[in-house]
Amino acid sequence: MLTAVFLPLIFALLIPLLSKWKDKIHTGWFVLIVPFTVFVYLVTKTGKDFAPIRETYQWIPSLNINFDFYLDGLGLLFGLLISGIGTLVVLYSIFYLHKSEQLAHFYVYLLMFMTAMFGVVFSDNVYVLYTFWELTSLSSFLLIGFWNHRKGSRYGALKSMLITVFGGLSLLGGLILLHLVTGTTSIQAMIEQKEVIIQSPYFGWILAFVFLGAFTKSAQFPFHIWLPDAMEAPTPVSAYLHSATMVKAGIFLIARFLPIFVLSEWFMIVTSTVGIVTLCIGSYMAVRQTDLKGILAYSTISQLGMIMAMLGYGTSTAIFAAVFHILNHATFKGSLFMVAGIVDHETGTRDIRKLGGLMTLMPITATLALFGTFSMAGVPLPFLNGFYSKEMFFQASLDLSGTSSITEVLAIVIPILAVVGSIFTFVYSMYLFFGTFRGEYKEQELPKKPHEAPIGMLISPIILITGVVVIGLYAQLVNEPLLAHTYEAITGEISNKTISYWHGFIPAFQLSLLVVGVGTVLAMTRKRWSSIYNVLPGSLSLNRVYDWLVDRTEKYSMKITNTYMTGSLKTYAQLLLSAIFIISAAILFLTNGINLEATDLAPITIAELLIVGMMAFAAIATVFTNSRIAAILILGVVGYGLSILFVLYRAPDLALTQLIVETVTVALFLLAFMHLPELRKRTEPLRTRALNATIAISFGALMTIVAISSFASKWFEPISQYFLETSKSLGGGKNVVNVILVDMRGLDTLFEIAVLALAALGIYGMIKLRGNSKEAK
Amino acid sequence: MRTNDLILRTTTNLIAFILLAFSVYLFLAGHNAPGGGFIGGLMTAAAIVLMYMTYGFESVSKIIPINFRFLIPVGLLIAVLTGIGSFLFGAPFLSQTFGHFSEIPILGDVELATAMLFDLGVYLTVVGVTLTIILTIANDQ
Repeated sequence: MLTAVFLPLIFALLIPLLSKWKDKIHTGWFVLIVPFTVFVYLVTKTGKDFAPIRETYQWIPSLNINFDFYLDGLGLLFGLLISGIGTLVVLYSIFYLHKSEQLAHFYVYLLMFMTAMFGVVFSDNVYVLYTFWELTSLSSFLLIGFWNHRKGSRYGALKSMLITVFGGLSLLGGLILLHLVTGTTSIQAMIEQKEVIIQSPYFGWILAFVFLGAFTKSAQFPFHIWLPDAMEAPTPVSAYLHSATMVKAGIFLIARFLPIFVLSEWFMIVTSTVGIVTLCIGSYMAVRQTDLKGILAYSTISQLGMIMAMLGYGTSTAIFAAVFHILNHATFKGSLFMVAGIVDHETGTRDIRKLGGLMTLMPITATLALFGTFSMAGVPLPFLNGFYSKEMFFQASLDLSGTSSITEVLAIVIPILAVVGSIFTFVYSMYLFFGTFRGEYKEQELPKKPHEAPIGMLISPIILITGVVVIGLYAQLVNEPLLAHTYEAITGEISNKTISYWHGFIPAFQLSLLVVGVGTVLAMTRKRWSSIYNVLPGSLSLNRVYDWLVDRTEKYSMKITNTYMTGSLKTYAQLLLSAIFIISAAILFLTNGINLEATDLAPITIAELLIVGMMAFAAIATVFTNSRIAAILILGVVGYGLSILFVLYRAPDLALTQLIVETVTVALFLLAFMHLPELRKRTEPLRTRALNATIAISFGALMTIVAISSFASKWFEPISQYFLETSKSLGGGKNVVNVILVDMRGLDTLFEIAVLALAALGIYGMIKLRGNSKEAK
Repeated sequence: MRTNDLILRTTTNLIAFILLAFSVYLFLAGHNAPGGGFIGGLMTAAAIVLMYMTYGFESVSKIIPINFRFLIPVGLLIAVLTGIGSFLFGAPFLSQTFGHFSEIPILGDVELATAMLFDLGVYLTVVGVTLTIILTIANDQ
């Protein structure tokens, strides 16, 4: 299975090597082998006596993250869809994309996507599942933006990326919680511990996070908005990703974790509500679209909603119907996208208002569309697979029963909504077929003269429609070897379902007839009631919410950044000092760090008082002087005062150094400030000055408190005694300060002189290289 | 144009040497009395700056033909090498030692420490740094 999963990715590496022949042979012919091989491999696995297969390959064993592949019925169904429709899509794309396109890019992205999807459906390890999950988002982003010179493509790609990655990250949160709760990374092992998960306090979060991941990926309300915009992708991509495979990843996820979630009532409530709402909104909005792919996009949304709702019901009929519909939807929707692509390719437009009357010009395409749309609508004809799953859907909706007040309401509302959604499904299906292929032929509006598509383009939809009919006629062909195993994988029970055309004149069949009846009337009078769309949704649109959100996020983050990143050093200093003050003061206060005891103090002499008073006076005077020279000289007073203090405190080395350094700095200040203009009279408003004063005073007060507190809190003896005792015996000198500097802690001194050297070289460089940089300009 | 600053020149002649001698004293006495490489270096630089102030850049450059920038790497190198030197004796970086030498002519019994060599590096660096900064800024147009 490792080979099956990574075969597309490895083949993608070889594609650049094929570019030599790209003018002679379409790259797609080489690519075609890959999904076909996997498809054949998976077909050999199907059969009545299928048993799950498990394979493990080490990746990060220390974190329990390994390539654990688990092929059960569910994985098999999805694997067959991915490889089978993948083969057909590659075949179709050979005739759809011209050799002048960037084919190497296209097929690399497509193969990357295939690997990602195989990985998602075969993984048993949650983290590996997540890795592949994000890879599908990434490759889908690349595919939607394939024609990156178009603005719409870039917009659609970004939108789908933002929404699906948002969901993907939520999913990661859910999977991590599952791992924490169960202590295992294997999904099957988690299912065995479902009671533990249900009872854990995190269960609500797990459910919410996994829902977000599944609903965003499967375009459920209100996250469905990315799918219509993803229609900017080339049609093979839409057929593959946005009808058959990627959008079903969310469905897959829900089905995979269903044995755990189904124990909770909230799973049923949320999933079926979201699904049924999506079904109604998708089908309702599809009728409004004018773009063929737009109709199909909303149709996909609504069909996914239907599958999601059925999974939410959690009953055995519903789950079997969901599994069946996953297969059915993939067949007819894939073919319909291909038909839309053919119409686009041959007429030059996808606008349904310009199309019409193509039936006689494109008879084969029209036949394919007829089968596809009628199957999608669920027309009760024995050779259309869509009807079977639709009838089971009605049956399952009617079978719902409620135990709590919420579920009781749902059991009444859901069947009604299901019928309403199905009526609109019927309407847009008819609209799609009759609008394109019947009616009046508007030759002057079409950019190209239409004719039947080349046979190569028709093969794939023909195969898919054959699938529709074959499944319709001989449903047992897929039931026993495949669907029964899928059902078993989801529920853990042996399937005893049979698919038969005639169940009797049961309520579900009556509903089907009702849908066809009302749907026909609505479809024929569509023009008369279509003005309802101006009222509802009218100007209401989730796209506007999305645009507004993106726009506002950008605008406000810009605003917030601009409020403090002003470029003014003064503002930065104010912010930094205030932040330090607030944080330090809060921590001091909260940890009772303030200790203002006055013990162990030395007596104060008059000389010290005089000098400190003088220094304080000079420091204050520096702030208020308006002359630069005066400020420098008064600052010198502080410096010399300090050196006298050093003398008084018996630090001769410090006093000497401070004296000389002070002299040198005053001299340097004078030298440097000679070049500066006179200080201007300060003109800041009183408020700014008051603010500055407040910050300065509070910061000074904070430092004072910190100094006093740290002096008052002595936790251990200083090590200076050691230095005093050993200076002579170990260092060979009586000057303890110097012995510390050059002997005991010589490394500090070494780097301090290195700092000095750098400063000197810096000053030299700044002054000497000034001329050169001007010349260079 | 320079005014006739005879008094300044005369006193400088005297004071510069006293300063230089004092700085050497500070440097040498550092281990046992206040002083050391840092202060000694600053004092030497002060003496040389005084000479510059009195006699001008041109004349002093002729008398002391040293590029002071060159002293910076020399000083750093000495300081680092004294540190590396301790490896030769299997000791950690910057280990210092000292000993008494009684057979040195004239001076008699003297205590010599390897720390002195390190201090020499500090001294030279400080002289180089101070003079480089001051001369660079002062000569800037």
